[in-house]
Amino acid sequence: MKLFLKGNEAVISGAILAGCKAYYGYPITPASEIAETAAKYFPLVGGTFLQAESEIGAINMCYGAASTGQRVMTASSGPGLSLKQEGISYAAGSELPIVIVDIMRGGPGLGNIAPEQSDYNQMVKGGGHGNYKLIVLAPNCVQEMCDLAILAFELADKYRNPVAILTDGFIGQMMEPVELPKPVENIPAKNWKVGGDAETKKNLISSIYLDFDELEEHNIKLQTKYMKVEESEVRFEEIHTEDAEIILIGYGIVARILQSVIEEARAEGIKAGLLRPISLFPFPKKKINQLANKAKLFFVCEMSNGQMVDDVRLALNGKKPVKFYGRMGGVVPTTQEILNKLRVLDASLQNEDSFADQLTDSYLKI
Amino acid sequence: MAKDILEKPESFYKVFERKSGSNKLTSHYCPGCGHGVIHKLIAEAMDEFGIGNRSVFISPVGCSVFAYYYFDCGNIQAPHGRAPAVATGVKRALPDSIVVSYQGDGDLAGIGGNEILHAANRGENITVFFVNNAIYGMTGSQMAPTTLIGQKTTTTPYGRSVKNEGYPIKVCELLSSLEAPVYLERVAITDAKNVMKARKAIRKGLQNQVEGKGFSLIEILSPCPTGWGVKPVEAKKWVEEVLAKNFQLGVIKDKTAEAVPEVIEQKKFTSEEISKILGASKNGSDFLYDKPDVKTNYQNPRIKISGFGGQGILFLGQLLSQSAMRSGYHTTWLPSYGPEMRGGTANCHVIISNNRIGSPLVTETDVLFAMNLPSLDKFENDVRKDGLILVNSSLINRNVKRNDVEVLYVPATELADEVGNTKATNLVMLGAYAAKSKIFSHDCVLFTANETVKRKEFLKVNEEAFRKGMEYVLNNKQKENKEYDSVIFN
Amino acid sequence: MSELNLEMVNEDPNPVKKKHNARVEIDGELCKECLLCIEVCAPDVLKVSESLNKMGYHPVEYIGDGCTGCGVCFYVCPEPGVIRVFKKNKVA
Repeated sequence: MKLFLKGNEAVISGAILAGCKAYYGYPITPASEIAETAAKYFPLVGGTFLQAESEIGAINMCYGAASTGQRVMTASSGPGLSLKQEGISYAAGSELPIVIVDIMRGGPGLGNIAPEQSDYNQMVKGGGHGNYKLIVLAPNCVQEMCDLAILAFELADKYRNPVAILTDGFIGQMMEPVELPKPVENIPAKNWKVGGDAETKKNLISSIYLDFDELEEHNIKLQTKYMKVEESEVRFEEIHTEDAEIILIGYGIVARILQSVIEEARAEGIKAGLLRPISLFPFPKKKINQLANKAKLFFVCEMSNGQMVDDVRLALNGKKPVKFYGRMGGVVPTTQEILNKLRVLDASLQNEDSFADQLTDSYLKI
Repeated sequence: MAKDILEKPESFYKVFERKSGSNKLTSHYCPGCGHGVIHKLIAEAMDEFGIGNRSVFISPVGCSVFAYYYFDCGNIQAPHGRAPAVATGVKRALPDSIVVSYQGDGDLAGIGGNEILHAANRGENITVFFVNNAIYGMTGSQMAPTTLIGQKTTTTPYGRSVKNEGYPIKVCELLSSLEAPVYLERVAITDAKNVMKARKAIRKGLQNQVEGKGFSLIEILSPCPTGWGVKPVEAKKWVEEVLAKNFQLGVIKDKTAEAVPEVIEQKKFTSEEISKILGASKNGSDFLYDKPDVKTNYQNPRIKISGFGGQGILFLGQLLSQSAMRSGYHTTWLPSYGPEMRGGTANCHVIISNNRIGSPLVTETDVLFAMNLPSLDKFENDVRKDGLILVNSSLINRNVKRNDVEVLYVPATELADEVGNTKATNLVMLGAYAAKSKIFSHDCVLFTANETVKRKEFLKVNEEAFRKGMEYVLNNKQKENKEYDSVIFN
Repeated sequence: MSELNLEMVNEDPNPVKKKHNARVEIDGELCKECLLCIEVCAPDVLKVSESLNKMGYHPVEYIGDGCTGCGVCFYVCPEPGVIRVFKKNKVA
């Protein structure tokens, strides 16, 4: 059955279908509908919804709930995520599965409520202290808000790690038809949890390791886990990459725009393809490197000052040139403006002599 | 039942395996530290209530961060000051557990001031032990929120001054102004009499939780000989003679007698029930209406709808999208969101397509619904050649300047008035567009409108408004744009 | 529920005189010499040992006679496992 939902609603549908039983959060535009939808549905399915006193309170309530083995989530936007970073670091250190949704808005500071992608670094690179990583998923449509929410809970439990759903105000606010999947039936037992019973009372949820050898060992264990995640959980989508000379890379709403760009570019004979990372950590770096065997140029678009582009450059390690186009402040680039940029790139590519000279690596605005 | 032997309570681990070093039978606390006594009193009470198996002990940051070395129950170590929030998450997930939040003065009254205030205010059914020794013991004797005026610490080397650091915070008194807390008492670890009072208060705090009565906090004035730089016996005297004179001992609030135990039912839901709940209040569709044959120029429209907030702009967009969904199209709806929704202009972008939709953003516009003049002024030039502009001619007193587009002038607000509801202007416009584009069947739109409108008394008006708009276009279909103008502006 | 006989501790001016069938056991290896127990012991039957334990403290020890079994030393001792009080003369 198809429902017509906002991204911010669908992520709650997905969470409930995944067996999430508690939501702790604090309202912030453009993520507030997530809390509102949670407030509406969680009590109906025997779950807990609580508007916390603060973002810090919310993430720590999640920390407590996750410690008991309960599937739990929170959601916010940039400024709220900055506040949550302490709790996220603790959750990563204590290896707690918590799903955290970030509907990115304009920054820094109070910024504005329009969509941006400037939380990439704080979510993908670890905005809190310590050597930790979140698994980060980047939906680009309302259906994926639901589907990736379910996946987020599965991955969180599988790896005992916080998982972020990172998207922007547009994906949160827009409505699209959604096919609701079946509820998850088998949630794995967690023998590490503190369940308030005789079986689990031996367990400890903690991120403190006073002895530095022990803490290093713990860190190595975490890094080993992240390596496993990198081996098994890379997700991406490709459109027309087979014969592409220029690979466009973008995630979230930008990937939707790039899809339109590529359709129009192909109609003009520009051999462009799209690589859309669905998992930002693990980043599809092998795939990108592999695409560089054929493609001549990589063109990264973001609604930021260029944050994901660093990961693309690392993946390519100089193998092929990388160009960047970014808009900030909540300005969403149009299909046309990116297409114009792509035409210039393509023209330069066809005339290799002038290629290197004519283009700077990064444009923040046309 | 009186015990004949007083000895290490069973709620302590026999051997403290988690403690580093070779000595796994003593605590890590300094000689004469109050934590050890308080731990013993808590463990003894846990024994007596038989709650060891279902207890969850939350250790904060501070010397007692290692409380999990000792208590033979579920243990969670929490970020600095956040134990009450962590406790909330635990207790809500496990209503039958006994949750202990054990916090120091910096933890509870400093960095965690907000968390304790709100946990208390919600009346969480947890027990908080607040250890007040007026100093930061673990980090090296810095000032605490409860440090006394004039007291020297490493960060108040000349003594705490009211002017610079303010007054010591009296946590029990502060929380006593809230409605929810059931039991607040301040005790002190000093002589036998006070230790026994502390013992009683600790037991009562746990008992309240066992009985489901609500939030209890026991503030315990406790010696920190190392932090204060004195011998244990002197430290004990200082608690008695100085600290307890500044922080009044005794019950600060107690409504245990009238507190009504909370009964929490946990209901399980089947997969079918959950799916139904998620789908029930939303208008799902299995059934698809037939896609009519659509003229090429009207296929895959990228639509922009713009007008005043309150004209039902966003809703009109949703009706378009949902009708499209029910006709088997791909569709997206993107609102302008935020402050401009509240009273200013509103617009939304709708795309209906036979193919998977890329950008949901409409820049080059195939169809513009201009519901007021500013909307036409702003978006007229974005409409592509041979695109369609629907003008609400009731509110727009000029012609479209472009001559390379198709224009429908619809006196939508007036037609809505005719059916008795100005607010149905959006439905008139929808009717006009449906009639013009034939992109979905009228039955489909009407069904969608009926499903989507929350207040059922508007159903009839909406249907009439929709038909008005439709008929207006169908009856005038032979006329050229110019003639529409004369119809309206003559 | 074990209730401490506070009246006895606080009100009897000379409790040692009575014949008590109680004793206290102190694990000297775990004692940190804070002396709080000595301070509160009404019958004054605890003293500091001359020997050192492995932690480097002079542990407290029972003089062997005169314990009333009041239990105050047990409750003021910050260490979990140092003191055991046998209210009646039972062998553990």
